[in-house]
Amino acid sequence: MSHFTFSREPFTPERYRDLLSDPVAGGYASFEGRVRNHNEGRGVVRLEYEGYEALGLKEGERVVAEAFDRFPIAKAHCVHRLGVLEIGDLAVWVGVTAAHRDAAFAACRYIIDEVKTRVPIWKKEHYAEGDSGWINCEVRAADAPSGATLP
Amino acid sequence: MIRIEYFAVLREHVGRAQEDLSTAATTVGELYAELDQRYAFPAVGRVKVAVNDEFRDWNTPLEDGDFVVFIPPVAGG
Repeated sequence: MSHFTFSREPFTPERYRDLLSDPVAGGYASFEGRVRNHNEGRGVVRLEYEGYEALGLKEGERVVAEAFDRFPIAKAHCVHRLGVLEIGDLAVWVGVTAAHRDAAFAACRYIIDEVKTRVPIWKKEHYAEGDSGWINCEVRAADAPSGATLP
Repeated sequence: MIRIEYFAVLREHVGRAQEDLSTAATTVGELYAELDQRYAFPAVGRVKVAVNDEFRDWNTPLEDGDFVVFIPPVAGG
């Protein structure tokens, strides 16, 4: 079974949580990331997530595999939404079961932190004023280096 | 022939999701520089690159038939 998936449709955590039950697991920890109505002082009305799915699935699997290496956990899964999301919609879900709670919490935290910084997913915020922007990709003119920053 | 797919801020900037092109570039870094000349990519911070659906460094040699994706800063969650 894969440990990281994308969903183009809304989903409920229950659908995935049931897959994590394990007789050895006394603890279950989860994280739900939802679309909030503000970011950096601006009103947000909706989001779009775009993913490079072929690489994203591989990198997501690697993140969860690392969690299994680092923490004594039983099962784990992460799902990330793609497409247009409204305020309050579930954007990302992580669930982990383990014999004991410490490992479940730690692995859950590890997975969400690494997914946010490593899996090729991009987020476009649509603002109350009608404009929009790709998060982490908007470089103010004063901050922009001259020419390309690469390679 | 090289296939390039664009995502997010780069897709919108270039105006299409993918293109096939012949290039004299010998590395993916040279390919990026060539395309930056053509499109004047926006300064978005540190861009990464994937070849054939794996992260690679910018010195990776370019082979005929490669599938290349430039990865602007990500923002999952």
